[in-house]
Amino acid sequence: MLFLLKQVIRTGICTEPAPQPTEEWQVATERLQDNILKLLGRALAIRQIDAGSCNGCELEIHALNNPYYNLEGRGIKFVASPRHADMLLVTGPVARNMQIAVKRAYEATPEPRIVVAVGDCGCTGGIFGESYASCGRIANVIPVDVAIPGCPPPPLEILRGILSAVSSRPAQAPAKLQGTSRSP
Amino acid sequence: MRMTEADVEFLTLPGAVRAAVAMVSVTQWTEVAQAFARAGARLVALWGSDRRDLGEGMVVLAAYAAQDGLACVRLPLHHAVPEYPDLSSLYPAAGRMQRALFDLLGVRALDAEDERPWLRHGAWPADYFPLRREIDATRQFEVEQERYEFVSVAGDGVHEIPVGPIHAGIIEPGHFRFSIVGEKVLRLEQRLGYVHKGIEKRFEAMPLAEGHRLAGRVSGDSTVAYAWAYAMAAESATGCVIPPRAAWLRALLLERERVANHLGDLGALGNDAALAFGLAQFSRLREQWLRLNAEVFGHRLLMDRIVPGGVDANLDMDTLARLRRQCDDIEQEVKLLRAIYDEHAGLQDRFQNTGIVSPELAARLGLCGLAARASGQARDLRIDLPCAPYDALGVGLACETAGDVAARVTVRFDEVFESLRLIRAIVERLPAGEVRCELPVVEGFGLGWIEGWRGEVLVALECDRSARIRRCHCHDPSWQNWPLLEHAVIGNIVPDFPLINKSFNLSYSGQDL
Repeated sequence: MLFLLKQVIRTGICTEPAPQPTEEWQVATERLQDNILKLLGRALAIRQIDAGSCNGCELEIHALNNPYYNLEGRGIKFVASPRHADMLLVTGPVARNMQIAVKRAYEATPEPRIVVAVGDCGCTGGIFGESYASCGRIANVIPVDVAIPGCPPPPLEILRGILSAVSSRPAQAPAKLQGTSRSP
Repeated sequence: MRMTEADVEFLTLPGAVRAAVAMVSVTQWTEVAQAFARAGARLVALWGSDRRDLGEGMVVLAAYAAQDGLACVRLPLHHAVPEYPDLSSLYPAAGRMQRALFDLLGVRALDAEDERPWLRHGAWPADYFPLRREIDATRQFEVEQERYEFVSVAGDGVHEIPVGPIHAGIIEPGHFRFSIVGEKVLRLEQRLGYVHKGIEKRFEAMPLAEGHRLAGRVSGDSTVAYAWAYAMAAESATGCVIPPRAAWLRALLLERERVANHLGDLGALGNDAALAFGLAQFSRLREQWLRLNAEVFGHRLLMDRIVPGGVDANLDMDTLARLRRQCDDIEQEVKLLRAIYDEHAGLQDRFQNTGIVSPELAARLGLCGLAARASGQARDLRIDLPCAPYDALGVGLACETAGDVAARVTVRFDEVFESLRLIRAIVERLPAGEVRCELPVVEGFGLGWIEGWRGEVLVALECDRSARIRRCHCHDPSWQNWPLLEHAVIGNIVPDFPLINKSFNLSYSGQDL
């Protein structure tokens, strides 16, 4: 126990004060905090869904939970059920074997539900494309608000995408990252 | 080349891994399987290829880990009756591979005990076989959910818990059906295939020089292992010998991937046993590790750095020194954390005697990779069949016999230290020279076999005269290890399942393809 406590003290807090790009980002952070409160009146709850990814995007979403990004400190947390979620964070092309499950999870998410597609596959179908086994991009199956490109996008880009989705909502401003239409 | 165990003439394949291939008859198919089984060899993979356009018919292939190397047998099937003798009675791991092979190619294992679909869930019709060459893969069908017959357990107080395909955490999808009484698990049955996205069909007609990108996305956490196995197969098929510096850099990338995954798992395992401190600490180290990957190699997970013919990365002396320094720093940190894990009674109570796979069971069912080494199976491709530079480096084996979560944690700790040592050795002894060469344009068949962080990754590749892929089969060690997880949880309590599952950390995408 002594070693454990010493390690905690020795490590200190490694959360980075402001993610890159710095200036623009800090504004977005403030706006986000306001908007989350305005829109939801509480912390942002995210349900992550792997609809068919290679697991690369999941690794980077995991990384978002490490002390460097301090996600929970920013009022954002991952939840276990779509019924508890404000946002679905979806990765992969949608495997046809996952199509029904993805639609059901979407329907189980209470309004106003926000969908963020993560990664090149989620944006366009990526390297897997559309086939007998793949529906391609997430927007082919459920409506998407923001699509974050990258293979996989690094944690900071994922965070930026989450923020873009939330802060663009009330003003109906165009999302910072390439957004796809609301209609599937 | 003659494989010691089997009475068949094998043709040695060129390439970095010792491998040989033989054409067999139906009788020999079974004889070879029996001979290898008697000698204690393992089945590595089973797949098929449609070669009807070349006049060979459908071909079924099996690869065995023989004493002298990788032995691959090819069985051409009768054109009217595409069937082959079942292997699952000799090698239980073959069962799911045979079911998947039927779903994709429509060739049947004769007298197999289990003929339920595996990858086909109703998203395409039962008479549509995507890997047949005439099949247009862009066709999409209405999804119909098919009923899947789980094995049911009956008795007083027995009930079922269905979990998934979408799980509660940030993990890949799959379905687990638990039969339990009280808190105790009587039986677990897995149903996978949810993230099947048609990777093998996607490979068809792709340029040989680009396939590493798709192979590197079969399972994102093993992108280096897959890209290397793919490149090795491409080099074996075309008879290409890569420059020594390229091989050493590949090993550097592979060991960095191993460390990254082990750090992530060690943190997650602490977390699953209620020590959030472990997750915070190890995920901090993993982040530092990935950030240096991004700085030095241009990608946090090291995707697309290994290419057919070499690597797409070169390092100067300063960078090498930075990599070395990071190994020293991480080693100190991990040593400290290991001491904390070891002396934490609550953690050890959860780890020890949880999710046991006995060495006997591991041997009988063909467990492989990290999990096998935690169950007394002293096997590591980097030691048993070392390709360059592992032959020059000499890898120390991490092996435990308890077969529980604690043993899988210990193997990870030991392998982190060994990989750090290897990285330092590579940095010191990295040969000078070119890092990439051109692949000759020839028709061929090649195999690549790499000890990834999870276990052995196999890639089998057929390419044509125009430098295009005809067929590429990627095999993940998870095929072998998923069934063992079903055994490991028997008699444990339901709340220990996430911990046991994490201690194996198997790939869904890698086996679903």
